[in-house]
Amino acid sequence: MAVKSFASDLLCLLYVQWKIGDSRGGRMLEGMYRRVAYGLLVVLMLTFGGTSTARAQLSADGTGQSAFSIPQSQLIQTDILDSMLQKQPKARPVIFQVGSHLMYSQAHIPGSIYAGPGSQASGLTLLASKVKTLQKSQLIILYCGCCPWSHCPNIGPAFKRLHDLGFTNVKALYLANNFGDDWVGKGYRVEQGN
Amino acid sequence: MVLLLICGLFVLPLQSQTALLHRLAPGFVRSDLNGQRVDLRALRGKVVLLNFWASWCGPCQVELPAFQSWQTKYGSSGLQVITVAMDDDTQPVTAVVKKLQLRFPVVMGDDELGKKYGGILGLPITFLIARNGIIVERVNGAADLSQLEMKVHSLLSDR
Repeated sequence: MAVKSFASDLLCLLYVQWKIGDSRGGRMLEGMYRRVAYGLLVVLMLTFGGTSTARAQLSADGTGQSAFSIPQSQLIQTDILDSMLQKQPKARPVIFQVGSHLMYSQAHIPGSIYAGPGSQASGLTLLASKVKTLQKSQLIILYCGCCPWSHCPNIGPAFKRLHDLGFTNVKALYLANNFGDDWVGKGYRVEQGN
Repeated sequence: MVLLLICGLFVLPLQSQTALLHRLAPGFVRSDLNGQRVDLRALRGKVVLLNFWASWCGPCQVELPAFQSWQTKYGSSGLQVITVAMDDDTQPVTAVVKKLQLRFPVVMGDDELGKKYGGILGLPITFLIARNGIIVERVNGAADLSQLEMKVHSLLSDR
């Protein structure tokens, strides 16, 4: 409706500009162009932005889920996990790395298990198979650290998958920059190999 | 213990990420996606921009087209861009190379190469290597492209 109104106003002003050719008409026309451009921009953002967001949220397998979809209350900080690993060796959480295998084999949290990239359907299937025998109340910690938290494509879908499978005690390790900076660079222990 | 060592499952600190700075870049020889031999040592005399990326890394996809344009712009002045894809599979890498029309050598990464460069445990990571083979810059994460281009430009003028 708004677009239709812009279009009819614009046609009127074009007519005024062509017929009269005065500077007032020109200024009005300039303002009109700007309004039309803003209007079109809003329409485009609502159409495409809204669609892609919905697509990300609605993807059936959870891929495309942002790391920001994980509630703050379900995040665990590096120092807490490190002290947990050192102080409670018998009550260890089950830790899964849900990023690339190449990164896992270079360095990973001691005792953690490679579970495949959460951004890919194959990774989510592998994760599901790894948790098959676990109690739903088991404390599970997921981490990736492939890229900055805001860009991580793996942690959000992996978290969602475990949530969908009924696991009630899942935490995600918050790595602001990446595993190298936020875990290895801070001197926490790592293992290497497969 | 022996078993653990054989399996490679031992706890040890990786070398510091700054340890490579101002040192000779670790050499490597690999085949790129087109089957062409890439030998870093053979590029002595050129300024090398060595970038580690992956197909699933968002910030990497922003940098790669810029690196391609620099290769075109500065190639004749002695710049050589080489990128290492840290994907587990080649297929998605090939797709990105095609989509972004990358024409510089792209090689697949591995454990050995990652460890040689201090551990590639987050992406993207970019190294600038001077004409004498010394690493003069390591950029962790998305680079400030205008600053990086200025550094490339400055290195190219050092003859």
